[in-house]
Amino acid sequence: MTTIDLTDTSASAVSSALINARRAAGNQAVGMVLTFVVVVDEATHYDAMRSALDAGREHPSRVLVVITRPGRGPARLDAEIRVADSRPGDTIVLRLFGELAKHADSVVLPLLLPDTPVAVWWPSKAPPVPGEDRLGVLAQRRITDSAASSQPIRALHQRAVSYQPGDTDLAWTRLTPWRALLAAALDQMPGATVTAATVEAERSNPSAEILGSWLGGRLGVEVTRRASSGPGITLVQMTTSGGPNIAPGDVVLSRPDGILAQLDLPGGPIRPVALRRRETAELLAEELRRLDPDDVYATVIKGCAPTERSA
Amino acid sequence: MRRDSEEPSGNPLRDPQDRRLPRIAGPCGLVIFGVTGDLSRKKLMPAVYDLANRGLLPPGFALVGFARRDWADQDFAQVVHESVKEHARTPFREETWKQLAEGFRFVQGDFDDDVAFDTLRKTIAELDVARGTSGNHAFYLSVPPKFFPNVVQQLKEHGLADSQGGAWRRVVIEKPFGHDLASAQELNRIVDEVFPTGSVFRIDHYLGKETVQNILALRFANQLFEPIWNANYVDHVQITMAEDVGIGGRAGYYDGIGAARDVIQNHLLQLLALTAMEEPVSFEAHALRTEKQKILSAVTLPDDLDLHSARGRYGAGWQGGIHVPGYLQEEGITRTSTTETFAALRVDVETRRWAGVPFYLRTGKRLGRRVTEIAVMFKRAPHLPFTSTATEELGANALVVRVQPDEGVTVRFGSKVPGTAMEVRDVTMDFAYGESFTESSPEAYERLILDVLLGDPPLFPRHEEVELSWQILDPVIEHWETLGAPETYAAGTWGPPSADEMLARDGRTWRRP
Repeated sequence: MTTIDLTDTSASAVSSALINARRAAGNQAVGMVLTFVVVVDEATHYDAMRSALDAGREHPSRVLVVITRPGRGPARLDAEIRVADSRPGDTIVLRLFGELAKHADSVVLPLLLPDTPVAVWWPSKAPPVPGEDRLGVLAQRRITDSAASSQPIRALHQRAVSYQPGDTDLAWTRLTPWRALLAAALDQMPGATVTAATVEAERSNPSAEILGSWLGGRLGVEVTRRASSGPGITLVQMTTSGGPNIAPGDVVLSRPDGILAQLDLPGGPIRPVALRRRETAELLAEELRRLDPDDVYATVIKGCAPTERSA
Repeated sequence: MRRDSEEPSGNPLRDPQDRRLPRIAGPCGLVIFGVTGDLSRKKLMPAVYDLANRGLLPPGFALVGFARRDWADQDFAQVVHESVKEHARTPFREETWKQLAEGFRFVQGDFDDDVAFDTLRKTIAELDVARGTSGNHAFYLSVPPKFFPNVVQQLKEHGLADSQGGAWRRVVIEKPFGHDLASAQELNRIVDEVFPTGSVFRIDHYLGKETVQNILALRFANQLFEPIWNANYVDHVQITMAEDVGIGGRAGYYDGIGAARDVIQNHLLQLLALTAMEEPVSFEAHALRTEKQKILSAVTLPDDLDLHSARGRYGAGWQGGIHVPGYLQEEGITRTSTTETFAALRVDVETRRWAGVPFYLRTGKRLGRRVTEIAVMFKRAPHLPFTSTATEELGANALVVRVQPDEGVTVRFGSKVPGTAMEVRDVTMDFAYGESFTESSPEAYERLILDVLLGDPPLFPRHEEVELSWQILDPVIEHWETLGAPETYAAGTWGPPSADEMLARDGRTWRRP
C-alpha cells in the first residue's frame, strides 16, 4: 500500500502523483471498469469508503471519496492517494474546503477514468434531485439510500418525485432476495391468482414502502401495511385463490430475526430459508453489476410518490 | 449463456425487464452417488452450499448421499459440514447451513443392492412430503464409468427414473463418456434407454468456466475480433492444456486411458469447437449445439499421423525445484505400460473460414506449469515498411484466451522500443478476469449444478458431440497403439522433442504458455 498526501493541491497534480505512484508500485491502471464517486461527510467517510472498496473487489474501480468542508476559509483541495498492491483499482480521498466545496465537479471531472461508466453514491444525505446535482450529472448511476436519511419516508417521497433514469436507491436493492423468493414461490403455483397481499415491517422502513408498491403494481391488488418491531421487513403474505391444480391458501414468507426466514406455501411443509440482511458492500456490488437505467425501479418508485393523505 | 426469452410463466411477479431477480431452481433434490469421493467432497458439496449462500437454491432443497459407508444422516451432515468449511468459496453462515441441513439424507448400499435402491426410493418419497421437493430429483453419478450401467439400470428398475405429473428426473454423468466411439455409443444407449435425451446432463466442468463462456462473448459481442477471425488473417491456432502434476493416486483410472482420451477428446475439442464455430443464431442450447456439431463434423486428421502427432511419457526429473518420479515409477503402473501422458495433434477444419489454418492441440502431465489457453496466432504483416533490423524482434500478433489459471485475454502486438532508433518489439495488452471482475467468480460446478436443477442445457455436450469427438480421435489412438512405448520427456519440460519437430515440419513453433 502506497499512500501519498497532497495538501493545497489541484486535480492535475493529483493525476500526475497517481501515475507516479502506479509506476513506482510496478502495476498499471489496468482492468478498472468504472469510477465510483462517494460523496460523504468527514464523520462517516471511513465506513463508506470501506464498503466501496469491498464492492470494488467485484468491480475494480477508481474510488473518489469526496468530502466537502464548506466554511469561510480559503478554497483549498487536499488529497490522499492510496494505491494498494493487493487490490485492483485505486482510491483518492478528496477534501474540498471553502468555496471549492460548491465546485466538486471541477475536481472530479479530470480524475474520471476515460471512457468507462461513472457511478455516484451518497451514503447518507442525498441532494434533492440527484440527476441535477453537479456530480450527479457526471454519472450513469446515482445511488442514494433513503433508509440512511433522518426521515426515511420523506426521503423516499423525494426520490419518487425527483426520479431520473439512472437513479436507484439502496432501499430497493435490499429487497432483491425477498422479491426473488416471492417470485420463485409463485413460479410453483402456475395459474394461481393473488387476491390480497400484506407487508409487515418496522415503522418508517422505506424498503417496505417500495415492496408494497412493487407487489401492488405487479399483482394489481391493494397491499395492506402492518407495523412490527422489525428488524426491517418481517413478513410478506400473499393470499391466492388457487388454480387448476393448486389449492387456495396463503404464501407466507416471514423473517422475525433478520437472518433466517420461513417459507410457507399452500399444501407444502414449512421450509427454512436463509434471508440475512446484507452488508452495504454487497448491495453496492449488486448495484454496480448493471449500469443502465433500472426501468423496474422507475415504475416502482413512482408508485411511492406522496399521496394527498401522506403528504 | 442464459436464455433471454423466458418461457411465458404467467407469473405476475416475473418481468423480463427485472434483471435483478435471479432464477431460483424450483423445489428439488440432488442425489449424489459416490458421495464419499474426492470430487463430491471438494467440488459438489461446496458448490451446493455456495449456491444456497447466493440464494439460488429453493427453500426445502434436499441433498441425498449414496455410498457404501455405514453412516447415519447426522454423520453425513458432519461430512458435508467439514467439506463446506474447508472448500466452499463463500463464507460459512449459520442460517444458510440451517436452510440446507434439514434436507440431508444418507442411504447406505452398493450399486447392485436392491434393498438400498428401495430405501433410496422411500427416502425420496419422504423428502417430497417433509421438504416439499415435489418429485423433482437429479441423480449425480460421481462414480467410475464402469458402474454407470449398473446404477442407471437400478434407477430404472426401482422406478426412480420415472417422472410423474409435471415433475422431472434428471441424470448427471461425468467424463469420461466412454473410451472410444463404440463404448461411448454403448453408454449412450444404456442411459438413453432409461432417461429421455433432454434429461441427460453430461458434465464437462471446463464448459462451466467463466472464461470458456467468455469466448462466446469475446467473439460474438464485439465488432473488433470477428472480421479477422478467419483464414485471411489467422495463421494457426494452438490449444494447450498443461498440468504440472503427475497422475498422483489415479493410476487405476489413468493407465490405459492416457492424455488423448482424458483431455483431447472432451476439453480440447470442445474448446476448438467454441473457437472455430460460426455464430449461432441464438444462445439457445440447440442453436449452440448445432454450430458446435457442424464444426466437429468438419474436423479432419492429417493423412500421415506420424508426421503430425506426438506422444510422450514423463520421465523422472526436476520440476519447480522438486525431484519427481517418472510415470513408470508411479505407484500402480506396470513397467510395460504404453500409456501416453503427453499428446499433441494437428487437425484441420474443412470450412471456408478455416481452410489452411491448422489447429494444434496439446496436453500433458508434468509439464512446465499448469495452464490452459487458446492462442490464435495471426499472420505476419504482408509488408513491413521498416528495415529488417528494426523488426528483428517482432513476432506474429496473437490473441490468447487464458482459461486457467489467471483467467483473461492477452493481445500481443508490436510496439516501438523507446529510444532514437526505430526498433519494434512485441508487447502485450492484458485483460485479467480476476482484476476486472469478481474476485471470486463462481466455480464451474456451481453454474453447472444450477443449470441441471433449472433444466438449462446450453453448457452440456449432447451425445452427438461426444460421438463426433470420438470419431475424430479413434484413428489417432488406434495408430498410436501400434507404436509401442511413447517417447520419454523429462518432467518439468514442455514435452518430447517429437512435439517440437511436429510443428517445425509446418514451419512453426509452440508458444511457451
